[in-house]
Amino acid sequence: MFTKTSPALDLVYFLVFAAAVLTMPIWLAPIGAGYPDLLQKFAIFGLFATGFNILFGLTGYLSFGHAAFLGVGSYTAVWSFKLLGMNPIPAAVLAVVASGVFALAIGYVSLRRSGIYFSILTLAFAQMSYNLAYSVLTPITNGETGLRVLESDPRILDGGGATDGPLISNLFGIEMTGYAGFYFCAVVLLIGFFIAQRIFRSPFGIMLRAVKTNQNRMTYTGLNPRPYTLAAFVISGMYAGLAGALMCITDPLAGAERMQWTASGEVVLMTILGGAGTLLGPIFGAALIKYFENIFSAFNEQTLHEIFGFLPDFLEAPVVAVSGLFVGEGWHLTLGVLFMLIVIFLPGGLMEGFARIGRVLKRSSNKSEKSGSATAPAE
Amino acid sequence: MEILRVEGVNKSFGGLRALNNVNFSVEEGDVHAIIGPNGAGKSTFLNCMIGRLAPDTGSVMFGDISLTGMKPYEINQVGVSRVFQTPEIFTDLSLWENIMIPTMAKRDGVFALHAFKRLDQDKEILDKSMHMLEEVGLADKRTVIAGSLSRGDKRRLELAMCLSQDPKLLLLDEPTAGMSRADTNNTIDLLKRIGDRSITKVVIEHDMHVVFSLANKVTVLAQGAIIAEGKPEDIKGDPRVQEAYLGGAHL
Amino acid sequence: MDVILLQLLNGLDKGGAYALIALGLTLIFGTLGVVNFAHGALFMLGAFCAVTFNKFLSLEIVTTDPTKTTAWGSPLEIRTPYIEVYFGDFGAWVLNYSVPVSILFAIPVMLLVGFIMERGLIKHFYNRAHADQILVTFGLAIVIQEVIKSMFGANPIPQSAPELVRGAADVGAVFGYDPGIIVYPYWRMVYLGFAAAVIGAVFAFLQFTTFGMVVRAGMADRDTVGLLGINIQRRFTVVFAIAAVVAGVAGVMYTPILPPDYHMGMDFLVLSFVVVVVGGMGSLPGAVAAGFLLGILQSFASMNEVKAVLPGIDQIIIYLVAVVILLVRPRGLMGRKGVMEN
Repeated sequence: MFTKTSPALDLVYFLVFAAAVLTMPIWLAPIGAGYPDLLQKFAIFGLFATGFNILFGLTGYLSFGHAAFLGVGSYTAVWSFKLLGMNPIPAAVLAVVASGVFALAIGYVSLRRSGIYFSILTLAFAQMSYNLAYSVLTPITNGETGLRVLESDPRILDGGGATDGPLISNLFGIEMTGYAGFYFCAVVLLIGFFIAQRIFRSPFGIMLRAVKTNQNRMTYTGLNPRPYTLAAFVISGMYAGLAGALMCITDPLAGAERMQWTASGEVVLMTILGGAGTLLGPIFGAALIKYFENIFSAFNEQTLHEIFGFLPDFLEAPVVAVSGLFVGEGWHLTLGVLFMLIVIFLPGGLMEGFARIGRVLKRSSNKSEKSGSATAPAE
Repeated sequence: MEILRVEGVNKSFGGLRALNNVNFSVEEGDVHAIIGPNGAGKSTFLNCMIGRLAPDTGSVMFGDISLTGMKPYEINQVGVSRVFQTPEIFTDLSLWENIMIPTMAKRDGVFALHAFKRLDQDKEILDKSMHMLEEVGLADKRTVIAGSLSRGDKRRLELAMCLSQDPKLLLLDEPTAGMSRADTNNTIDLLKRIGDRSITKVVIEHDMHVVFSLANKVTVLAQGAIIAEGKPEDIKGDPRVQEAYLGGAHL
Repeated sequence: MDVILLQLLNGLDKGGAYALIALGLTLIFGTLGVVNFAHGALFMLGAFCAVTFNKFLSLEIVTTDPTKTTAWGSPLEIRTPYIEVYFGDFGAWVLNYSVPVSILFAIPVMLLVGFIMERGLIKHFYNRAHADQILVTFGLAIVIQEVIKSMFGANPIPQSAPELVRGAADVGAVFGYDPGIIVYPYWRMVYLGFAAAVIGAVFAFLQFTTFGMVVRAGMADRDTVGLLGINIQRRFTVVFAIAAVVAGVAGVMYTPILPPDYHMGMDFLVLSFVVVVVGGMGSLPGAVAAGFLLGILQSFASMNEVKAVLPGIDQIIIYLVAVVILLVRPRGLMGRKGVMEN
């Protein structure tokens, strides 16, 4: 694995990825995913999962509380809109700083334990943040209603006061909705991906993988695993905060439900589904899950009847009834089943699946070559 | 010259006294074996030296640095490496990466946030670690995942990891435990070969064959106390040792 | 003093539910070494056993009474649960007691669920990393939850306690306080007694049967018990099924207190894990003690007097306790030294 990396290869890898991301509106259109709202989600959750992967994929520490950082990023972004103005850049920067500080505090405490205990500690902190955001922190979070930008907010950089249109984040006049919003998110995702790629190839990255493999050997090799893990935790918290800010940049509303532990579970799911520890896997997993959520959940009985219309009637009804469980409202069920199947049969995620298929193909082509050459000397 | 000096070390677990006022010193360049029957306190002793256990009383001096109370990674950073009974390696990483990590630890210290440097461009680390792999004869397996190695190769890899840090003192905890005769001999050869580097070694060992082919000084531990110390030939003949260690049978 | 007594009582029934779920969780962890994130879903399944049973009993037969008419002039429809039609008073009695009676229905169902879960899934995860166990059971929890949601809908379905115990007792009067100050619903008392009985039964089972002895030995030292030539695998299945039943009946009896909905399992799971951790991983008495302790702490924290001093404390108290315990005493209140202490 290591011997194959080189700066040139990585550049190609990055450029191909960038081209694929930026042309998503075109090549995803045929499968019904080519509209900006969904594409924004691909980019945002891709970024979230990429960050989560730096912690979980490299160090193996399973955090069940990353949604808290998403929430902190969101609230910070909206407050930046309220106080400073609708420019997304300060919002994103402040969100990264705030979530980084928050992650430093939670990580410092949680990383005193490992394994399940670490998972439960992070979960406990996230639940505390969530509960507090709903209750006593209402002055900051606006509780159940969610925090939004008001006409009466100061917005110092914008000059404040009333505006003509609705309050939408804008980058020097370009409104961050629709395709403009997507491209902003996509560029942020690319920056995030680039940094993650560098981390994967760096001495720091290999130290994180050492943390996952054998902490005992690490300490007796003169390395202190704690600051390495903490750094990974903070970095991944910053990614989550940035993703939270992007959510508010495309739609300036922050709600506490973003911090719920099911949201933390979702990013775990994305990472595992795509393939923890791989660069592309988590982004792929995130896109897949969001695709399922948006497209699959739009299916209803009518569309199913159309799909299975070719079946004879006595078959069509039960098939539609059963598959109806898995679409529409029931897409979570599909997700749960898929998730279990992945953990059971393909713990490396879809990326491992692709690698396996690739190996099988390679082997079968090798075999045919070998059998061809082997017959010759036998003569 | 003395490189390690242990003075008046006591260690109890509950009511059980594992180490009883142990005084011990290692001369630079020696291969010093610690032997003793099961439960004599060998491992406890080693763990007290390396910072895994804190002795109740007494001091462990490495040169003029006191090792007591230091963290294992700090102890390593001053030049003490350790080989474990079951090889402790990074099983998910390639052999080459396994060596790079200690090489970097030696150069960059306990923690360094090189998140933006490219490891595959770091010539110093690449060359040093490759050289080490060649030295222990594992260079052709450099891209193999370490977990898939045989036990003998794992031991060799672990040794290489320790040696890549140029330690002043190398502690070996039963380096041939559970090995076949052939692997044991290979390990002895390897240890002898690296003896040229004048690395001081402390070996805890069960296997007398290993002790007598490696060590030039032997300390015998029984029931948490040192009962004899000297050259291997002297120890062989010492009746107290035979009494404690072998129940009177001759070596 | 009366306030304290009231909060103590309020905390007990919730504590009972925590204790029962945590008991199963820690039993599974201690013997099988598996972290079961689907245990809350089992609690929820139990609750829905009660719902199903009640629905089944409430199926009605519609008859028309030609002598009476409704306001619209059509003949009056009389709906009678068929069970009353067929079984008369006994039928009415069963319907009235549907929650406790559905335990009889829930036990075989939960045994079966536990058996299938262990044989079909958990078994294959004994030797996998804890993270994998967490993830696969988390996936299973989602699946169970969604199946229930598609069958019963997303809204809570209230269940009523038997008429006899529907009211509330003026507990305060017994202790000499003015009437009406300390009022405690009868059903919560029933729940408390029930929880105590189940806990007692589980402990007695582990203490006094050969099977229980092996299980306890297994919790103390899994490797050695495996070496004794005892068929651990089969016992694991039984242990898992027992834990499933305990969680299930806990869910059944909790329905009159909290109308069950599909995500109640997740809500309880997180708290139960905290309970297990506070009590000490793998310690059964610890799980029970911590369950009650945290239930009571939670109800104290929600007192207005406490909230005035520490705003929001009621929302975070349980998690706060868990964090403190994990950092200060990671083996929990009653955990054995060295278990999961890294």
